[in-house]
Amino acid sequence: MQRYDAIVIGGGLVGSAIAYGLQRTGLQAALVDEGDVAFRASRGNFGLVWVQSKGLGAPHYQGWTRLSSEEWPNLAAELKTRTGIDVGHEQPGGVHLCLSDEEFDERHARMEQMRAEAGNFGFEYRMLGPDELRDMLPGIGPAVVGASWTRYDGHANSLFLLHALHKGFVERGGVYIPNRTIDYAAAQPGDFRLGSGSQEIAAPKIVLAAGLGNAALAPLFGLSAPVRPQRGQILVTERTARLFEMPTTTVRQTIEGGIMIGDSMEDVGFDTSQRPDVMAMMAERAVRSFPWLAELQVVRAWAALRVMPPDGTPIYDESVKFPGAFTANCHSGVTLAGAHANAFAPMVAAGALAPEMLPFSARRFDVPAAA
Amino acid sequence: MTIERIDFAVIGAGPAGMAAAVLAAELGLDTTLIDEQDAPGGQIYRGIERAEPGNNLGAEYFAGLPFAAALRQSGAAYLPGTAVWHIDPDGTLSLISATGSQTASRTIRARRILLATGAVERPVPIPGWTLPGVMTAGAAQIMLKTAGLVPSGRAVLAGQGPLIWLVAAQLARAGAPPALILETASPANYRFAAHRLPAALWPARRALAKGLGLIREVKRAGIPIVRRVTGLRAIGGARGGQRLQRVAWNGGELPADLLLLHEGVIPNTQISLALQLEHRWDAAQLCWRPVADAWGATALPAVSIAGDSGGIAGAEAAALTGRLAALDAASFLDKIDPAERDRRARPLRRALRRELAIRPFLDALYRPPRATLVPQDDIVACRCEEVTAGQIRRAARLGAQGPNQAKAFTRCGMGPCQGRICGSIVSQVMADTLRRPIQEVGAYRPRAPYKPITLGALAGLQNE
Amino acid sequence: MFRRRPDSAPAMTVLVTVEGRDIRVPEGASAAAAMLLAGLDHTRETPVGGAPRAPYCLMGICFDCLAEIGGVANRQSCMVTVAPGMIIRRQHGKRLVAAE
Repeated sequence: MQRYDAIVIGGGLVGSAIAYGLQRTGLQAALVDEGDVAFRASRGNFGLVWVQSKGLGAPHYQGWTRLSSEEWPNLAAELKTRTGIDVGHEQPGGVHLCLSDEEFDERHARMEQMRAEAGNFGFEYRMLGPDELRDMLPGIGPAVVGASWTRYDGHANSLFLLHALHKGFVERGGVYIPNRTIDYAAAQPGDFRLGSGSQEIAAPKIVLAAGLGNAALAPLFGLSAPVRPQRGQILVTERTARLFEMPTTTVRQTIEGGIMIGDSMEDVGFDTSQRPDVMAMMAERAVRSFPWLAELQVVRAWAALRVMPPDGTPIYDESVKFPGAFTANCHSGVTLAGAHANAFAPMVAAGALAPEMLPFSARRFDVPAAA
Repeated sequence: MTIERIDFAVIGAGPAGMAAAVLAAELGLDTTLIDEQDAPGGQIYRGIERAEPGNNLGAEYFAGLPFAAALRQSGAAYLPGTAVWHIDPDGTLSLISATGSQTASRTIRARRILLATGAVERPVPIPGWTLPGVMTAGAAQIMLKTAGLVPSGRAVLAGQGPLIWLVAAQLARAGAPPALILETASPANYRFAAHRLPAALWPARRALAKGLGLIREVKRAGIPIVRRVTGLRAIGGARGGQRLQRVAWNGGELPADLLLLHEGVIPNTQISLALQLEHRWDAAQLCWRPVADAWGATALPAVSIAGDSGGIAGAEAAALTGRLAALDAASFLDKIDPAERDRRARPLRRALRRELAIRPFLDALYRPPRATLVPQDDIVACRCEEVTAGQIRRAARLGAQGPNQAKAFTRCGMGPCQGRICGSIVSQVMADTLRRPIQEVGAYRPRAPYKPITLGALAGLQNE
Repeated sequence: MFRRRPDSAPAMTVLVTVEGRDIRVPEGASAAAAMLLAGLDHTRETPVGGAPRAPYCLMGICFDCLAEIGGVANRQSCMVTVAPGMIIRRQHGKRLVAAE
């Protein structure tokens, strides 16, 4: 049996960011992962480091996202220095396009609500009209009536990030254990064991970051992670000369030149098949936003399952029954990478989540008993 | 979206597809044959309708003419210049066709689909294989068939397999013999192959005789042949642009303008993999083959496979498996009963056994060299994204368990060809590095669009 | 890299323009064949590293034959049959689009 200081289950963006952060604190961590074909929300990621619309009605989530976006440049620079991998992070701000007056008014109201809820850390935004947009985003179509903009938003290459986190983890001495399904798990306070095939590993701390797999794993560790799949499809075009650097929620151009288009939200269970009609709808909205996109070829597309908590807000928790067991669940693995590596992992290393993490606990879903 | 409904959709207008469509239409199935090229024939009979009788391409090539004629006369609808970009397991096909520079999309729902997408050349990742001037032997044959064009300057044909001799003979007949043939067939394989020869001798006597005849013809044409070639590499020059200047091998080299590579063909599995059909790694043919029964039926009731895309067996076998698939479709759709299907299948199966008799011998004789299957670190594995074999190995050592994780780490397979060329290379390099069977390491999971489609055409789907 | 076969009878040809040069190409040939017949030593530079490339498979699999045809970038030139007046140019790296 192999003993470690900490075990992280799940080698996606969430797990690898946490494992990287843990290893950096000096703990000997093991990162347990599935095989080549798995749901892997990380592979489906659009790549936004997005603050603008996160945490409406949940100021703790808004604050956590802001924290992450502030940590992001530090993480990116550190990964570049240590692994040589440039994750392509840019933070020019971000735009959410509105294609009707109703959309514009609704968006304005949301931004106002975000500002009201931001409290001490503030929330600055602007509503832009078509003229300002035309300067920021060449070729914006006549159908676009306006947009919301904040300076906190940006984008990065999610797969480079995954690669860099893995490389950084392993190069610091982290142990990556891939191709595993967990056959059994035994939990005691401060003592956790996992068995997979003939291999057994143990650690006093364990973090469940297995995405959709967390729902079944969590109860074994006295935790609850009621996440459900939400399908999203993405289209990518042929590489094109760089035309715009400002990301929008549904259209962004990567550094390599391909233009990425999202972002459907489909409630279809664990189905990762693609749907031409959904792809058509996404293409139609993109072409309405930027008419010149029409002649570009889509060379690649995919569907992936977001890890979606019931209210969309992340679930972070530590087990009361088995202290030392933690869980992290969210659908924004790229945006929250900064927070996961630089805030969450140190909390786990210290043995407890900070008090401000309490609102993220799954206990918020417990229905109060009728009086 | 208006969806046209038909009984039977056949994808690919090679011998398998043409034979299947013709028979299916005869049996009363509402059939449509879809093909990317703008004329029927697939690759083996490419350009057959335009071919001039005096072009010396050989009787085997002109054997394709009746197929095309039968297709034109059949009751099957034929959609040339049309690519399939998505198939739903329920039988819905999303198509794009190009007229000029406009593309239009179309949706068809079929009760049964036949994938007859044929074979592709096995990639030959030698040093310098991405240089301008390095092509496949099949590419030279396509130039000859579609446009009557032959290599100008000095052409070297390198590799092994029946196509080497056929292309050499065809080029010689066209007045442009290759300057040199470098045969990579390894003596280590001769004994292995010799064991399989007796079983092939009688049933495959005609094919064997033809093969020997071609080799004799090439020798009589005076084309120099070097055998047992190892260390094949293509060398470019800084002078005059970076194109092929020389071909080198262990023990020799020659200035050359064109290098034509060939190490056999492998099934085109892009769509079968995208449909997530089970595939098995064939250890004799060294390629992925979709799992299908004796009729070509798969685990998806609406999807069947015929021809080389199910496993390499050649044009005659392709026509036979195409017909078997058409019979099965007709039975599946209640146009004929199973007894009639089986009765009509019997002569086809007898002929198929004869066609398959030579395969074990050829597979063993022309087994590609290890260096071609598992290239060295500095050789490009993914041509589109310029990812080397070394980068793939590093991804494997970092923990990537298969081609899809390697793709996430290195971008291999993300370019326009979507892994068509590099797929077999990446699977083999990873299996070799991880020391695990290729079956376990697996293949890429391609996705739609199987061929590029413009955002405009995609958006236009909503107006169908 | 390629030429008309010496024994061929005069065939129907089509006039196209390759990199600004007029050339007669046999009917039924692909735009890729036209580029090779025109003697181009390479037909594109890759968008990744700027490497020079020319067609490899000529059957629509490798996408190394991408070229600008009729003003449209990144077309698989081996899949496009020549038509009178067709204008064929090399693909230089990434596609250029006018965003307007």
